[in-house]
Amino acid sequence: MRHEDIIISGFGGQGALFAGQLLAYAGLADGLHVSWIPSYGPEMRGGTANCTVIVSEEEIGAPIIRHPSAAIALNLPSMDKYEPLVKPGGVLVVNTTLVPRASERTDIRVVALPASDIATELGNVRMANLVALGALLKATGIVNVEAVMAQLELHLSERQRKWLEPNKAALLKGAEFVQ
Amino acid sequence: MAKELLKGNEAFAEAAIRYGLEAYFGYPITPQSEALEHLARRMLEENRVFIQAESELGAINMVYGAACCGVRTMTSTSGPGFSLMEEGLSYIAGSDVPAVVVNMQRGGPGLGNIQPSQSDYFLMVKSAGHGDFHPIVLAPASVQEIIDMMGLAFDLAEKYRTLVLIAGDGSLGQMMESAELPPMQPFPYPRPEWAVSGAVGREPHIITSLDLSPEGLERMNLNLQAKLAEIQKHEIRWKEYETEDAEVLLVAYGTTGRICLSVMREARKQGLKVGLFRPQTLWPFPSARLNELAGQVRVMLAAEMNAGQMVEDVRLAVAGKVPVHFYGRLGGIVPLADEILAEVKKL
Repeated sequence: MRHEDIIISGFGGQGALFAGQLLAYAGLADGLHVSWIPSYGPEMRGGTANCTVIVSEEEIGAPIIRHPSAAIALNLPSMDKYEPLVKPGGVLVVNTTLVPRASERTDIRVVALPASDIATELGNVRMANLVALGALLKATGIVNVEAVMAQLELHLSERQRKWLEPNKAALLKGAEFVQ
Repeated sequence: MAKELLKGNEAFAEAAIRYGLEAYFGYPITPQSEALEHLARRMLEENRVFIQAESELGAINMVYGAACCGVRTMTSTSGPGFSLMEEGLSYIAGSDVPAVVVNMQRGGPGLGNIQPSQSDYFLMVKSAGHGDFHPIVLAPASVQEIIDMMGLAFDLAEKYRTLVLIAGDGSLGQMMESAELPPMQPFPYPRPEWAVSGAVGREPHIITSLDLSPEGLERMNLNLQAKLAEIQKHEIRWKEYETEDAEVLLVAYGTTGRICLSVMREARKQGLKVGLFRPQTLWPFPSARLNELAGQVRVMLAAEMNAGQMVEDVRLAVAGKVPVHFYGRLGGIVPLADEILAEVKKL
């Protein structure tokens, strides 16, 4: 059965919530059940932001979970929080540009990639979220990269339109990183 | 209509418009403010009434006034705002007018916080205002269910000329989920015959909750109780999951209800005969069916995001036939499925 419990986490402004929404839109377009729930406490600029996305063939029960089957850590506090929680056999995508340590887990698949550096090379550091998402998609296979690119076309705001092609490139770069 | 990815607060607001909401009055409060924002834009587009009141007191009394005019009307709020509205809610109940209120519960008491909670159960189910009355209380567990329940809420409110509350919580308001909105319903709809509409060429309609004679007020109360008895007879709703062979029955509503669905699935995988009973109406409460199930299961566990409120109704319903245990988290903490499963294993 296709089912992933995914947590995407970073600091405010890194686009963790938007990456999660794109994934949810793509799952929906694929005919799956999806839920997306953000952390919505009284956050400050630069504080942490994360969301939980569940993509499943069956009706979704709990929308908030302790142990994700896949996680993205865009910065060090996210790594410290979610690295120990990923289910054995799960996937952890780590943005090594901002996480200066290796994962200690041997029972999960760790995808370590310099997402922020790759995004900077593509023209904007703020696309690190999609580099990491591309890697997560490839590593989990929950939905394919093309499906997410199609949702990007539909949901990138008018103001951000000029970043459509670079964002697609970011997704592909992240996916390419995973063999 | 196709399925869309919809946020709980925006979904119920848009559903209300499509089910014919004519006038919305409200005051912003987290975690339901997206509903107010959505309605501020969309009600104007539809050429209907949206007013951001000066406070929740103002909002509920505007709802009362609109309801007396036969207008399909509602407000939405969270715990602190709901407390302020109680006087108006009682007047609405005492006047037999239809109105709908959504409460996206947050951690309390007092200012509390903005995280999900179910600690307003007593407030909504047992004491939504002074005097002898119960509102109908609906308890959605998903974005789709809150959409569907908006239509049901208006139907029930108008059918019985009564107050209908929707008991959501912060996580339902904030989460996005795949769901389908209804098509736009015909608008405007016919005004009810009893409405206050200007007494041109007819006797005035008088809508009031005032009767200074005890005999008169007792008569009014008996009529109200007769109406509530009808509601209890016809409007009880719930959902059951794998109760046929269940030895342990989870009882939970709303967000906790769907968390318990995950608990039940995991328990079944581990070979435990666990079922789930999810009340969709908190008043009237599905007591008779729970009592039947008490004859069949070994033990029940009520789970809530509070210190134990609905569990009292579960215990009343089963009348001592089986032990009813309780698990709750407080202060805006959402219980996780593995915590509840650990409780199940202790039973």
